[in-house]
Amino acid sequence: MEKIFARLSQISASLVFVVLVATLVTLYLAAKPAIEEFGAKFMFDSRWGVEVPVEQPKDESAKPGVSDESPAKEAEKPATQEHPADALIEDDGINIGDEDDGINVGDEDDDINVGEESESYADTAPTREVFGGAVAVVGTVFSTIIAMLFALPIAMGIAIFLSEIAPSAVAKPVGIAIELLAAIPSIIYGMWGLFYFGPFIASIFGGYSVSLLVAGLVLGIMVIPFMAALSRDAINTTPDILKEAAYAMGATKFEVIKDIIFPYAKAGIIGSIIISLGRALGETMAVAFVIGGVFEFASKVTDPTISIPVVLANNFSESSGMSLASLFYLSLILFVVSFIVIFTAKHYFLRKGKLR
Amino acid sequence: MRLWVNKIVLGLSTLAALVGLVFLAWILITLVIKGSEALSPYIFTHDLINNGIRNLLYGQFVMAGLATLIGIPVGILAGIYLQEYGNDTKYADFIRDLSDVMMSAPSIVIGTFVYAIVVMPVGHTAGWAGVVALFVMMLPIVVRSTDDMLSLVPTELREAGIAIGASKYHVIMHIILRAAKVGIVTGLILAFARVVGETAPLLYTSGSSVYWSTDLSDTFPSITVSIYNLATMPDDKMVQLAWAAALVLTFFVLVLNLLGRYVIREKHH
Repeated sequence: MEKIFARLSQISASLVFVVLVATLVTLYLAAKPAIEEFGAKFMFDSRWGVEVPVEQPKDESAKPGVSDESPAKEAEKPATQEHPADALIEDDGINIGDEDDGINVGDEDDDINVGEESESYADTAPTREVFGGAVAVVGTVFSTIIAMLFALPIAMGIAIFLSEIAPSAVAKPVGIAIELLAAIPSIIYGMWGLFYFGPFIASIFGGYSVSLLVAGLVLGIMVIPFMAALSRDAINTTPDILKEAAYAMGATKFEVIKDIIFPYAKAGIIGSIIISLGRALGETMAVAFVIGGVFEFASKVTDPTISIPVVLANNFSESSGMSLASLFYLSLILFVVSFIVIFTAKHYFLRKGKLR
Repeated sequence: MRLWVNKIVLGLSTLAALVGLVFLAWILITLVIKGSEALSPYIFTHDLINNGIRNLLYGQFVMAGLATLIGIPVGILAGIYLQEYGNDTKYADFIRDLSDVMMSAPSIVIGTFVYAIVVMPVGHTAGWAGVVALFVMMLPIVVRSTDDMLSLVPTELREAGIAIGASKYHVIMHIILRAAKVGIVTGLILAFARVVGETAPLLYTSGSSVYWSTDLSDTFPSITVSIYNLATMPDDKMVQLAWAAALVLTFFVLVLNLLGRYVIREKHH
């Protein structure tokens, strides 16, 4: 009994590790076709689901994964080859029936913008679909930056207010309210953003009511309670005796906060910021409503764009083949990035500190 | 000068706090006002096909409940291992770190993972896939809270148990778990509250159904996924229903959170 129990508990603990590794491995395997096809360029390619003409193999066998510099094909190419997009990964297969090879080789440096012109080629030339995550990656990064810029001062204000300024009769209920707000399902924030906050922001800044800006701000509002609660806990770990000593020297409250509390609670506060950052990076539902969900870079902050979690949420169910693999690729990128972010926070800043 | 700086900074941070609270109050007030519009006994007694939310609530709680049922033994055992068997070993610290990382992993990624291992082989969305996804979400939370609560049990209790000749198993089952019972239950309540409001891991694992369903091997009703679907519909009635569902869900989540707090406060008194 004793032995079995010890063993069972060890297995359970290992399950955490197993699940984590399984997640990584599964995502990698599922993303493998896309990784092999697009390689690291995936992250810098802004085309998603765009049909581009297949690159004609050169004398040395063409490598898959060079989608970016695939030379555009001649417009007068005869429409002899109508291949389904996903069958075209093996370029050699196409080459057999291709009588125009000779012409094509000479035109290789033709620099036509593939992304825009592809539509007109789609029915005349063999094509394949290209997927790139650049728009989603940029959307994720910028919405997170906006969120952090917005949330940081407010959350710090709340944390300082709760721990140093407010009398305990106020600090206690407000503190509990903040913690409860952190527990509200994120979909609620998204709905509110879609129906109320988005139009409100659009009426102030112009532009669309679903946009990068709205997404960033909704994200920011969502992480405020979380960040504030964690920072407050970190601030509260400052020993009273240090603060009292500073006050006895005639320091003002601001000086105590700046010179005593912040240095003392620095690690905890930075940790809470990074944890919130990790949360904002991977948040789906609050963003899905308000970012717009279009695969275009936002030229202004008030333009709609898309982020990685939203790509996953919107496109997963109707994808297959290469597009599905690309989605798994995005998911893997998100997982690895947030893994690194969170691990850094926990390991370097919050090692001793207890979280929640 | 110093006093002025002091006043300005304190004023600014109070202002920041107010701004934050205004936003959060705005959200809650909107939720209550919009949510109560469509709130009626009718929606609790009818399924989504008849414009009610009965099956959605039921489906969400069944999936979260089953995830909890699987999560309780596994999570608590893992917590026991970390604190009682592997404490202070490198391996335990490693698992602790991983579990913390997993706790904050993006929920949509967990959704894609479960999609790959459960939904793709099966070929369609299924309630079980939703249960697995919520279980993966929940496991690290339970591990963490059990670990924390067991660490609060005084070492003297363990020593006393061993001193009277009890085996380690007996000490754990009859002394330590009892001492940490309240804390562990609180952790479970909060973990349940956390996963019951999740949307992203369920989007394409359980999907959502408009019908009452008892078959977990098929698409299963989920309130969060349905809120997402309904809120983006052009039909005003559906949007209203989504608000009502959101209000009900938030209400349950907040009540569970308050319950968790209440339980742990009772202990301290």
